[in-house]
Amino acid sequence: MSLDRTDVERIAHLARLEVGEQELAAYAETLSRILGLIEQMNAVDTEGIAPMSHPLDAGMRFRADEVTETDQREVFQSIAPSAQAGLYLVPKVIE
Amino acid sequence: MEWETVIGLEVHVQLLTKSKLFSGSSTRFGAEPNTQACAVDIALPGVLPVMNKEAARMAVKFGLAVGATINRRSVFARKNYFYPDLPKGYQISQYELPVVQLGRLVIDVDGERKEIGITRAHLEEDAGKSLHEEFEGLTGIDLNRAGTPLLEIVSEPDMRSAREAVAYLKKLHVLVRYLGICDGNMQEGSFRCDANVSVRPKGQHAFGTRAELKNINSFRFVEKAIEYEIARQIDLIEGGGKVVQETRLYDSVRNETRSMRSKEEAHDYRYFPDPDLLPLQLEAGFIEETAKSLPELPDAKRERFVREYGLTAYDAEVLTGAHEMADYYEAAVGAAPGQSKLTANWVIGDLSGYLNRDNLEVAAAPVTADMLAGLIRRIADNTISGKIAKEIFEAMWGGEGDADAVIEKKGLRQITDGSAIERAIEDIMARNPKQLEQYRCGQEKLFGFFVGQVMKATQGKANPAQVNELLRKKLSGTPA
Repeated sequence: MSLDRTDVERIAHLARLEVGEQELAAYAETLSRILGLIEQMNAVDTEGIAPMSHPLDAGMRFRADEVTETDQREVFQSIAPSAQAGLYLVPKVIE
Repeated sequence: MEWETVIGLEVHVQLLTKSKLFSGSSTRFGAEPNTQACAVDIALPGVLPVMNKEAARMAVKFGLAVGATINRRSVFARKNYFYPDLPKGYQISQYELPVVQLGRLVIDVDGERKEIGITRAHLEEDAGKSLHEEFEGLTGIDLNRAGTPLLEIVSEPDMRSAREAVAYLKKLHVLVRYLGICDGNMQEGSFRCDANVSVRPKGQHAFGTRAELKNINSFRFVEKAIEYEIARQIDLIEGGGKVVQETRLYDSVRNETRSMRSKEEAHDYRYFPDPDLLPLQLEAGFIEETAKSLPELPDAKRERFVREYGLTAYDAEVLTGAHEMADYYEAAVGAAPGQSKLTANWVIGDLSGYLNRDNLEVAAAPVTADMLAGLIRRIADNTISGKIAKEIFEAMWGGEGDADAVIEKKGLRQITDGSAIERAIEDIMARNPKQLEQYRCGQEKLFGFFVGQVMKATQGKANPAQVNELLRKKLSGTPA
């Protein structure tokens, strides 16, 4: 499987990455090579092998259901680009 | 052409944990914006999620209650999309391996039982809230809700009408409240529903194209939105059009659904296992311990109420509709033994009526189960009549003390002294010779008039059965 320029444009848009016109071809080629490697791995017979969801062979650790955090809104909002009335402000997102 | 509707529901149940799914922030509703959003919730660099064990327990509880498979090993995945109320750029959810799979819920519609399959239930975190109104050209973001644990319960497309969908949703609502895993508050968004609706010609096996309905957060809206959507799709197809797969918002003011947005690119969530989280592994002991902690479930309780208290299926259904109500009833019956039917009538009737009127939860009722039982004991031993009891109930509700105190204070003790009732009857007969004459000439419906007069004369305190008996004798002229 190989990607063309349109695929790269679409993926870049989904990831909100700005990719210049002249970079598209290069990305198409290198990303296709990665996909090639994945195809190679896909070809391996994995019948009977449980899918690995994490490289560590262990289970999750839990925390008890307790409130341990305190209000740090002021600290966090002091580094936010824009905040008002306790809310973080962002460009309007509704259509 | 005859059409068949196919409905599947996705219900988001906010779990009643004290802290969030992956952080130690409080989940309390209604706090000042962003005061319950810590570094993990707002996705500062370098933070790591740590799972809340109680959320896992609640998911298992639900799974056990719907007879589902509990996966001893499940996996959290990242669901990627960009929206400012989701600061990480992905939602931690479960995709290929959810914690709960393949359960079922039995519903009753018009006396018919039907089993609705539950495909899966998975744990995920909630997003924050966006406020679009208050700031010119800007959106305000409150991340207090971000990271709150949700259990998303996905049904099979097994429902065939809006009414079945509502029956399923109500059943689920009762169940999660019984289990104590959700407060069920639909206004505050603790119990949210999306509906997948499609139609197909009757007899066709393949599903039609479905639309997903959002913003249907009351039982009434669920029914109306689905009804509207069914009609819209049938009109569309019969008019030569085609249903497109899309998300539609329900507008309750106009009672219609509207296309929300085309999701051509938005739908590619690029799920992958979250490398920050190891698989969720549940010990057999943990599942067994959780199974032991399950309360009596609604269906079992309903059946027991019919069996143990001799109630009708309807009364049992109403009383077990919320476990608080069922507990109240059982406490009252326990204190007024042998009066299960009378107690059921009072709980379903007057108590529920007053609760609705004053918009109170049963736990906050000024008339406690013990007080109601005290009242019922006085009806049962003939100290008061049912009619006077209503007056006493009102007084108890108003804080005037228990039944015995009100009876004493207001002198409401029933008159069971036959001679006192006879005197009242004789007096009334003497003052109403015309009616007496008519009655004796065959106008038997005047009997009610005399009953009314006697009750009036005794301020409603005469024992009604005694009044009837004595009145019949006196009016007919038979010597007492």
